[in-house]
Amino acid sequence: MNEIIIVEKLYKTFGKIEAVNDLSFTVNKGDVYGFLGQNGAGKSTTIRMLLTLVAPTNGSIKIFGKSLIHNRKNILSDIGAMIERPDLYEYLSAYNNLKIFAQLSGIRVTEKILLEQLEVVGLKNRAKDKVKTFSQGMKQRLGIAIALVHNPSLIILDEPTNGLDPQGIADIRNLIISLSRDLKKTVLISSHLLNEIEQVATRILIIDKGKKIIEGTTKELLNPEKTIVKIETNDIKNAYQLLLNSAWQQHLQPLNANYISLVINQNDIPMLNKKLVELNIEVFSLQHRNNLEDYFLKITN
Amino acid sequence: MYTLFKVELFKIFKRQRTYLSFIGIGAFIIIIQLGLKVDGKELIEFVLGDLSNSFQFNGKMLNGYFVCFVLLQSLLVHVPLLIALISGDLISGEANMGTLRLLLSKPISRTEFVLAKFSAATVYTLLLLVWVAFLSLFISMFIFGTDDMFLLKNDYAVQIAENDVFWRYIGAFFFAGIAMTTVAALAFFLSQFSENSLGPIVATMLIIIILTIFSTMSIPIFNRIKPFMFTTHMVAWKEFFDVKVDAENINIKGSIQHFEKIIHSALILLIHIVAFVSLTIFTIRKKDILS
Amino acid sequence: MRHSTFFFILFFCLKATSAQSNDDLLKKVKTKLELVNDYIVDAKMRTNVAFIKAPIGSIKIYFKKPNLLKIVKEKGISILPKGGININTFSILGITDYTTIDAGESIINGIKTKVIKLLPLNENSDVVISTLYIDETTELIKKTSITTKENGSFEMEFTYGTFANIGLPDKMIFTFNVKDYKMPKGITLDFEDNLTKEEKAKLKNKKGKIEFIYSNYIINKGIANNMF
Repeated sequence: MNEIIIVEKLYKTFGKIEAVNDLSFTVNKGDVYGFLGQNGAGKSTTIRMLLTLVAPTNGSIKIFGKSLIHNRKNILSDIGAMIERPDLYEYLSAYNNLKIFAQLSGIRVTEKILLEQLEVVGLKNRAKDKVKTFSQGMKQRLGIAIALVHNPSLIILDEPTNGLDPQGIADIRNLIISLSRDLKKTVLISSHLLNEIEQVATRILIIDKGKKIIEGTTKELLNPEKTIVKIETNDIKNAYQLLLNSAWQQHLQPLNANYISLVINQNDIPMLNKKLVELNIEVFSLQHRNNLEDYFLKITN
Repeated sequence: MYTLFKVELFKIFKRQRTYLSFIGIGAFIIIIQLGLKVDGKELIEFVLGDLSNSFQFNGKMLNGYFVCFVLLQSLLVHVPLLIALISGDLISGEANMGTLRLLLSKPISRTEFVLAKFSAATVYTLLLLVWVAFLSLFISMFIFGTDDMFLLKNDYAVQIAENDVFWRYIGAFFFAGIAMTTVAALAFFLSQFSENSLGPIVATMLIIIILTIFSTMSIPIFNRIKPFMFTTHMVAWKEFFDVKVDAENINIKGSIQHFEKIIHSALILLIHIVAFVSLTIFTIRKKDILS
Repeated sequence: MRHSTFFFILFFCLKATSAQSNDDLLKKVKTKLELVNDYIVDAKMRTNVAFIKAPIGSIKIYFKKPNLLKIVKEKGISILPKGGININTFSILGITDYTTIDAGESIINGIKTKVIKLLPLNENSDVVISTLYIDETTELIKKTSITTKENGSFEMEFTYGTFANIGLPDKMIFTFNVKDYKMPKGITLDFEDNLTKEEKAKLKNKKGKIEFIYSNYIINKGIANNMF
């Protein structure tokens, strides 16, 4: 069985608002599936439907090849989730928080298992401390521990890097890569930090206003033949005019006040550099960006 | 579901406010007991009022059984408040903390979730009542001693022999357990509509106070709905302290004047409990968790 | 004229004779009672007042001549009508200044009794008038009706057994008047109107009754004055 999640023609309306509108997608085994969209696009609603927190108005969801409605308990026992900020009992210790959710996940809980899990996320020496004394990063790590304690096959993370510092974000990124590559887990991650998704996702779904915009592998979506190059120079107008009179004219993007941008094949960047030197254009920087953020902004605007 | 029930009980008894409830009600009871120890005679005189003009009363009027009755009447508002404090927080508190969404994404049914939480709330309620019973009955018996119990009803006075009182209190506390569980069920039901526990707690107390006021008024409109209001039936524990008399107006030991009223009220309260919990299950099952 | 005078004199002689027999009867009753210097007795109390539900109570009564009386309830609460309960046959007959009036005869519990009214001459006496129903055969008081200034009117009815020879009863029924009873709902916190019409009617009964059943008399063994 390759398809872990199959969503078909999913709808969700809240009164007159169509939060999710005819959404269909598939998550394959071993995917790190990036789920992208602007605020209010319907990502959280979709994830909540996958976790049975919200009931679909229409459509079907199959997970592990089984209908979610009819096999809810069975399916949920093999899913680990963290939705937005971690859900914790602040008046309990890290150990007790983990213990409660481990018990509810249906596994046989021992002190050894719990302490091992806390060690994995670097919280073993804070096991007995109340969660209200934890930093945001520590809470996030505990949330991840809770999501993983019962060794689920599918992990769903909704905005897992919210509120984290750069080190925390890097830790989450490495964890996701490790889950997929080393532990062969399937991960569904939604985030608005597009560059983070770009670094970990193998497949991406972009939704807007509840509808699917595009779905595919990162490679398919981020085409190196359409690389955006940004040139910073001391005389933008003059440099733009010079390029306009050259063979690079067809690749020029409308003039921006701060930089000149062209869309070219990534392999042609050295040639462009050479041309700029020939035209005596003094270049402060030449950056090429072929990233998700630009792609995302392009197709959602 | 047993695991979930244990988890819920664990969470309730890990919270400071749970213990504050026990301490708070304990302090209240002890203060009243001390007050009665010092000034109890005046209360007796006030209670006897007109009767003492016609009759002389000998014996220990101010005894543990009488004091316990006074205490239970005084706790009309306080105990329901403490019940609502915990029950009203059971779902709203989870929503507030964000843990509701994680709990309901676990492999547990929403019905199990509701039943486990309510069962834990019931255990807390009954333990609180045991504590109230211990302090208001046993400690009162220790401080004030025991004797016959003398009570005033609207139209007559009742004297119950000392050896005929204790079992009535056991019955009364058992009935109070049902009454307070009804309060817990109401607060629990209201808890799902808020992400802040203050709302359900205040709403529960307002409902109880307003319905109790309706119960006390003899207005025709209210008289029609009184039999269906749970507050009308919550006070039926007092029926344990009324006895039947024989043809010569002598107490029949071990009897209760209106035992059928106690059964009737208990059934009404149980129906309310089932209704509130069933409604909670029904609405939770349909609810989209968006918190 | 001679006839009416004759009948008048006859009536007067008869009256004088009956007055003398009242005093004689009372003396005989008193003589019996004076055999008792003191007694202690256990009593079971059955209270029958419309608006009081009470269990059977147990008390101990201490008496010492001429008129020291104490009722002790070791355990339990006793509810006794004020004033009248402390009056007993000893205290009635202990009044020295009184006038007797012959009030004919009456049947009390199937026994013919002589009815004598006692009017205390002392204006300060709480007792306004006492009516004694005396069994001439046994020289025992079967019933008394007493009207007092402070505590209204009440009756005492006696049944004798073991100690009839010294005028100590086995049973006494004390009947008295009661006022209406009603407590505000704000004090009782009872807001339900539970009573049927019949029950409410019963509560209007203005007479209360307490039945004393005596047992274990301890007679003339001595009681210290400080007991009272």
